[in-house]
Amino acid sequence: MINMQTHPSQTLAHPQTLAQKLIAKSAGLERVGTDDIVTCKVDLAMFHDSSGPRRLKPMLESLGAKIWDTSKVVLVLDHYVPATDAQSTQIVQLTRQVAKEWRLPNVIDSEGICHIVLPERGHLKPGMLCVGGDSHSPTAGAFGTYTFGIGATEMLGVVVTGEIWVKVPQTLRMNWSGTLQSGVCAKDMMLHMIAKMGMNGGAYQAVEFDGPAVQKLNMQERMTLSNMSAELGAQVGLIAPDQVTIDYLRNTRSDLTDEWVREALGHWRSDEGSQSQLFEFSASTLSPQVAAPHSPENSAPVESYGRERFNVAYLGACTGAKLEDLRAAAQVLKGRKVASGVKLLVAPASAREQRQAEEEGIMKCLIDAGATTLANSCGACAGYGFNFSELDRVISSTARNFKGRMGPSSVDVFLASPYTVAASAVRGELCDPREYLI
Amino acid sequence: MNKPQRVWRLPKDVNTDNLAPGAYMKLPVAQIAKHTLESVRPEFASSVVKGDLIAAGANFGIGSSREQAAGVLLELGVAAVIAPSFSGLFFRNAFNLGLLLLTCPKAELIGEGDTVYLRRETKNVLTQGKIHTFFIQTPAGEDLECTPIPEFLMQMIDQGGLLNVLKSKLK
Repeated sequence: MINMQTHPSQTLAHPQTLAQKLIAKSAGLERVGTDDIVTCKVDLAMFHDSSGPRRLKPMLESLGAKIWDTSKVVLVLDHYVPATDAQSTQIVQLTRQVAKEWRLPNVIDSEGICHIVLPERGHLKPGMLCVGGDSHSPTAGAFGTYTFGIGATEMLGVVVTGEIWVKVPQTLRMNWSGTLQSGVCAKDMMLHMIAKMGMNGGAYQAVEFDGPAVQKLNMQERMTLSNMSAELGAQVGLIAPDQVTIDYLRNTRSDLTDEWVREALGHWRSDEGSQSQLFEFSASTLSPQVAAPHSPENSAPVESYGRERFNVAYLGACTGAKLEDLRAAAQVLKGRKVASGVKLLVAPASAREQRQAEEEGIMKCLIDAGATTLANSCGACAGYGFNFSELDRVISSTARNFKGRMGPSSVDVFLASPYTVAASAVRGELCDPREYLI
Repeated sequence: MNKPQRVWRLPKDVNTDNLAPGAYMKLPVAQIAKHTLESVRPEFASSVVKGDLIAAGANFGIGSSREQAAGVLLELGVAAVIAPSFSGLFFRNAFNLGLLLLTCPKAELIGEGDTVYLRRETKNVLTQGKIHTFFIQTPAGEDLECTPIPEFLMQMIDQGGLLNVLKSKLK
């Protein structure tokens, strides 16, 4: 299924991939070649309460340096909130104090997970190059931005210089034909791709999601694809902007002129004739996917599993508790109850999305089914605060099920879509959500 | 650099939760380091000595952006990690902190408890400038060549990380 793809058209002398165009723009170059190492100007730097001030402040002070441009920085408190013990209280207090000291204009405190609130608050638009102090930063690639995760020391380099180096990647084009069945979604597409390619199959290259099945997805579903590019080991997970992107952006920011939109839609896509490695997938035949412990790579169609019982069903995190994920779960849970002995936990990915879900009756539907609502933060997915207990068997809509990540090493975590998590909560064991959606 | 170094052998897919478990992420690196690899090699953190090497399977460092995953290895005195491939994010973090990673296609030829010797060769290449190539001499007498490291990354190793590089630049 792998072959080098070159479009036959010869209209452009130097066709470039979307990744190359984004990097070239930020490097101030007309074009870039694969494997070139270039220095890029950073349009936006995001960090959170774990990777941000507590790590950056001492290093900045030892350099006697200041942040290059605070208007390009977004700080999000989402990992240690709500604080559960003395240590997390201290980290959160320090973060808030430093935010004031640095006079950061963009601070989003306990109102949702960084990768969700960035687009929600209108911080993204196609053509940007952004870095985030978190591995799921590629989520922003769904908006046609070149966004990748970095560690705290590299973030120090960014906030001091406003620049970062990039080695121009190859593009791996994930072409999805067909139409997803009801009850199958972007999360299943990702688990399938990770199973096929492995957790480092992306080899730190640029993944670009493409094809009719991707174009039919709404922005939040597209974000799930870009988000889990991290689990493919790609540097970025890009989707060329189209009218769906523009419609979302128009709701979040007011600066998009018709002329800008025309240019953006024309420019921010891979040129015909640009080189990428092509991988073909069919959406129409895809079943709901489930990843067994302890890796997202252990994914297989739901029907290939035997009986798997769960006592916890978790809808959470940037990967699996966006508004669209809650809507999916509600479709299954409407008028049903969670099986006895099963705890259904829901941590909506942002406060605004939770309010929207309340207005739509989605939250009521989840709660009526027996769900317990948790804070709008990373929660158990990060494993930093709230954790599962020793004997728990969990089915979760999050991104990673590494041994010991979400609790003691004895906890077994299965990953699946919000549909499958909801269906399994009702059944008390692994269940194909299509059974409830006929 | 031509001194004998002892090798710890690790499997493939060692992830950042194995290296710096989330439950200890509130603590300083020295404290997290006590739990490094406890889910894979429980004796590692208490037995590793300064100058030891890790030889691992593919995809070392997959997972989170937390640079403490590289920081704990430095804290414990690990001189370098050798593997056929690394997570790209972990790779950047390691060099930024001054931890040497050697990409070696034949890393599987290095065994648990082996004593190996590292050798570094530096040369100028027309298209890339100065590059640094490491060779690993195994007990079986093989000389394993690693992927060359560009000058700007090697500088971070030689100067002890990006923070020190920035310090000398800003002076």
